[in-house]
Amino acid sequence: MKNPARKLAPAAAIGILALALSACGGGGSTTSGGGGGGSDATANLDARGPITYVQGKDNSNVVRPLIAKWNASHPNEQVTFKEQSDQADQQHDDLVQNFQAKNANYDVVDVDVVWTAEFAAKGWLQPLKDKTAIDTSAMLPATVKTATYKDTLYAAPQTSDGGLLYYRKDLVPTPPKTWNDMMNMCSIAKQKNMSCYAGQFAKYEGLTVNAAEAINTAGGKIVDDSGKAAVNSPEAKAGLQNLVTAYSNGNIPKEAITYQEEQGRQAFEDGKLLFLRNWPYVYNLAKTDGSSKVKDSFGIAPLPGKDGPGASSLGGHNVAMSVYSKHKATALDFMKFMTSAETEKFYATQGSLAPVLKDLYSDKELVGKLPYLPVLLTSIENAVPRPVTPFYPAVTKAVQDNAYSAIKGEKSVDAALSDMAKAIDSASSGQ
Amino acid sequence: MSTEAKALPGQTTSPKPEHHLPKGESADRKAVTQGRWGATLIAPSLIMLAIVIGYPIVRGVIMSFQKDSGLDPASGLFVEGGPAGLANYTHWLLQQCGAGGGTVACAPGTLGAQFWNAMGTTFFFTAVTVLLETLIGFWMALIMARTFRGRGLLRAAVLVPWAIPTAVTAKLWFFIFAFDGIANKLFGTQILWTGSEWPAKWAVIISDVWKTTPFMALLILAGLQLIPEEVYEAAKVDGASTWQRFTQITLPLVKPALMVAVLFRVLDALRMFDLPYILTGGANNTTTLSILVVDQVRQGFNSAAALSTITFLVIFIVAFIFVRFLGANAVQTSSGTSGKAKAK
Repeated sequence: MKNPARKLAPAAAIGILALALSACGGGGSTTSGGGGGGSDATANLDARGPITYVQGKDNSNVVRPLIAKWNASHPNEQVTFKEQSDQADQQHDDLVQNFQAKNANYDVVDVDVVWTAEFAAKGWLQPLKDKTAIDTSAMLPATVKTATYKDTLYAAPQTSDGGLLYYRKDLVPTPPKTWNDMMNMCSIAKQKNMSCYAGQFAKYEGLTVNAAEAINTAGGKIVDDSGKAAVNSPEAKAGLQNLVTAYSNGNIPKEAITYQEEQGRQAFEDGKLLFLRNWPYVYNLAKTDGSSKVKDSFGIAPLPGKDGPGASSLGGHNVAMSVYSKHKATALDFMKFMTSAETEKFYATQGSLAPVLKDLYSDKELVGKLPYLPVLLTSIENAVPRPVTPFYPAVTKAVQDNAYSAIKGEKSVDAALSDMAKAIDSASSGQ
Repeated sequence: MSTEAKALPGQTTSPKPEHHLPKGESADRKAVTQGRWGATLIAPSLIMLAIVIGYPIVRGVIMSFQKDSGLDPASGLFVEGGPAGLANYTHWLLQQCGAGGGTVACAPGTLGAQFWNAMGTTFFFTAVTVLLETLIGFWMALIMARTFRGRGLLRAAVLVPWAIPTAVTAKLWFFIFAFDGIANKLFGTQILWTGSEWPAKWAVIISDVWKTTPFMALLILAGLQLIPEEVYEAAKVDGASTWQRFTQITLPLVKPALMVAVLFRVLDALRMFDLPYILTGGANNTTTLSILVVDQVRQGFNSAAALSTITFLVIFIVAFIFVRFLGANAVQTSSGTSGKAKAK
């Protein structure tokens, strides 16, 4: 009685498999941009029509009002908002899947600064030149660098973010200009029985940000212009050594090895830290949090450097156009709209997202609302983007693992940097 | 792809002999028609299974023999990697990384260098958590099996940790194990729970045990309740002590349910992902195989496919050993128990 069923089952299963394989097999793993990107990149350049804008969760309700405003004046070129989850990893994977499927409905997408090179190298992003050029002359140069791959602009900077030094102005009247100044001021922290300095040193993306800042500030680089590792240099060594020494002599407290942004902020608000490297979002919270003990006693300054301001890493997002978009003329207009001064201002006031246009940093109304803007401008003007490489996930892992071992003292700085270089180079050579 | 297509005609012809069976007796014919009906009715579910389980597995295996796309240095664009042979597998198993054409041992800071560590960590977590969960779960089940006031409430309460999504649990324990967290405050310690190797491992183990012991306890409780009360009464009449009743009656009779529970937990623990990923991000030697797979997915699908195939085989072998050697009794003598547990 069971026999026919049993014999049919594999036949049915295999039939379905064969169908599915022939249907999807071709598109599934075509990650190449080889010749394909070229022809897609020249198609539909003048076409206008409805498009979709894709971005992560719109937590502070910035995107919807902007799109409503656009739609009101463009009845034939309506923009639909596709909202992704609020997790960066999921947003990344969602974009990858849709680009692989050549989804024409992902016209304009919001990409994290560190994904831009990867997507560009895959051939998924429309190069912003010739007919699709965007004017970036008013934008801060460091933000434009995050959107540039192999000398071609692939995205328009939309929002930016840079590191700030939060310090206790009641204890340190003038903030330190250099790393050495700051280390010398650590004796004040000791007298007050508090910890001196913390950043983000847990093993996650924040450690890459902090290690890159240390290395860049000392004049080193993580990867050179050709994408090869460049950490085997005396400058890079001096940079990482600064962190290692500070951790081993207690200027960076031992618990900082578990700190992400939030733990550091809490320690600072509790009055346990003299200096903290963090993002601008901390400013408002430290001023207004009920539990903050430093409401009126903290100040902000650019990150301390070698002999001037330090080299901050950059956060923020770029907005890019898919090569598979069917209405690229509309997409380009919408990208210009999303990076216009008016929109940038709205981003800043409504969402506390830092603008990429230099002029806005001296805008009276904005500075009144976001008092940290002038300091942030110094930070971003001196910033160095995190490595712009299509192998970013592997590079950040190489930096994190080895910097973490070095800071904890499990490895010498030399060994850590040499392993870091090997790991970065093996990533970019395939495996 | 082509092999499947070729196999198709061969497979469809094979059921044909069934159609030409001698149809002497009506009972036979009835059986055949019924069988056909059964096949038709069951086909949708088989097709669904083939699509959602069969296809991804086959596709994953095919992908694992492809190279990941590499960068064309001239254009700066990615190009298709082409067939890889066994390179993806040797990359993981021998921890060999490509470097300018040749291969060298993977440098620390690459995922490849972590394979055997991750394998060791996964098995360590599995062994320790399942052992602890079995012991504590058994003890909890014994308590819950007794009759007392508020038993229903207790049973419901015990389920709470199991009902919370693992990611939420992980975040809870992340706060508990923070340097300024409750764990350190409570014990007056200054341990960097997520910042050094053994505390990090114990943090993962503690939170996993907290979360999954209720599952163990419930499965064992189901087994305990299948033991007839009369057996205990008879033993009492014969003068057996509590300990004797436990070792001579409870243990052997609950063994089938226990083995199934242990098997499930082992398979589950070998796939452990959320807890270490959120608690430590895989730092300090808490990277499990699943974390490695997820990290690799962002660096190259094909190599990740090879790694997940390896993980799949490892779990399969462990399951096989369990069913074949350790749990043989569970499968044969009480298919009812295992069926029930599986339905869960």
